[in-house]
Amino acid sequence: MNHAPFIWAAYAVGAVVLLWCGLAPLVRKNTIRRDIRRLIQLEEVERDSHA
Amino acid sequence: MNTNATTMTKIKPRKNWLVMFIHKLGSPPWFYNFSGKLIPWLWATFAALTIWGLYLGLYVAPADYQQGESVRIMYLHVPAAWMSMMIYGLMAVMSFIALVWRIRMMEILMMSSAPIGAAFTIIALASGSLWGRPTWGTYWVWDARLTSELVLLFLYLGVIGLHNAIDEPRKAARAACLLALVGAVNLPIIHYSVKWWNTLHQGSSISLTGGSSIDTSMLWPLLIMAVAAKFYYGANLLTRARIKLLEQDMRKGWVKNVVKEQTS
Repeated sequence: MNHAPFIWAAYAVGAVVLLWCGLAPLVRKNTIRRDIRRLIQLEEVERDSHA
Repeated sequence: MNTNATTMTKIKPRKNWLVMFIHKLGSPPWFYNFSGKLIPWLWATFAALTIWGLYLGLYVAPADYQQGESVRIMYLHVPAAWMSMMIYGLMAVMSFIALVWRIRMMEILMMSSAPIGAAFTIIALASGSLWGRPTWGTYWVWDARLTSELVLLFLYLGVIGLHNAIDEPRKAARAACLLALVGAVNLPIIHYSVKWWNTLHQGSSISLTGGSSIDTSMLWPLLIMAVAAKFYYGANLLTRARIKLLEQDMRKGWVKNVVKEQTS
């Protein structure tokens, strides 16, 4: 039996799962930073309107 | 007066560096800055160790006399399986601390660990299945070790699902901590499953107390990959914890300052 396909498949699964697990938080971070920037802008607009 | 002054000096608490470090760790802005400096080094060490470990495991280490080339899956499967158990064990400890002392950072670290632990469990199950086909002649059997590892994956998913199901973050974390703590009973079952039951899965080849039955040419790449996996966990855990902090403290001044500094 040729073992190479099993070995490469195992490492491919490992690489995909670890990459996904490592990159997913970065996508989330960008979304949250965008939300925080929007919140800061809203607060600044509110402060200016009261002034 | 003098006696009182002497007594006051004597009972003044000494500032132990470990206690100071734990106190600082509880401060979100300090944790955010400290972890931000640490993360690039953790990723770099993980990358270097993985390249070294893969080189030794895939090219230098010999094939097994019985399993042939398929033994090379071990350098991925075994570190992933160890990590799946180690992370859950750490989650149980963090949960206990979070539930007893109500430390928010521990809740955040516990919840940030769960997806990483689930990822390692998926890798352990998938690589084990792909190793089983050429070695045992089947991808899956309802063997005690395999089944208890699958239960571990469900526990990870349960902790993540329970946390996501509750809106209030502190309540959600406490419920998830409780489930993580109860689920820790599965860890000794996974570890001792190959001893307690007659399983298709082989017993341990590496022992901390006794001699290991694995040749050093295979042991070194395995240990290097196991250490690399720990650096991956450290880097990923801190990255996730920082993001959770930003999310939970979105309306606090320090988070706004951090984002303003990064934008400007």
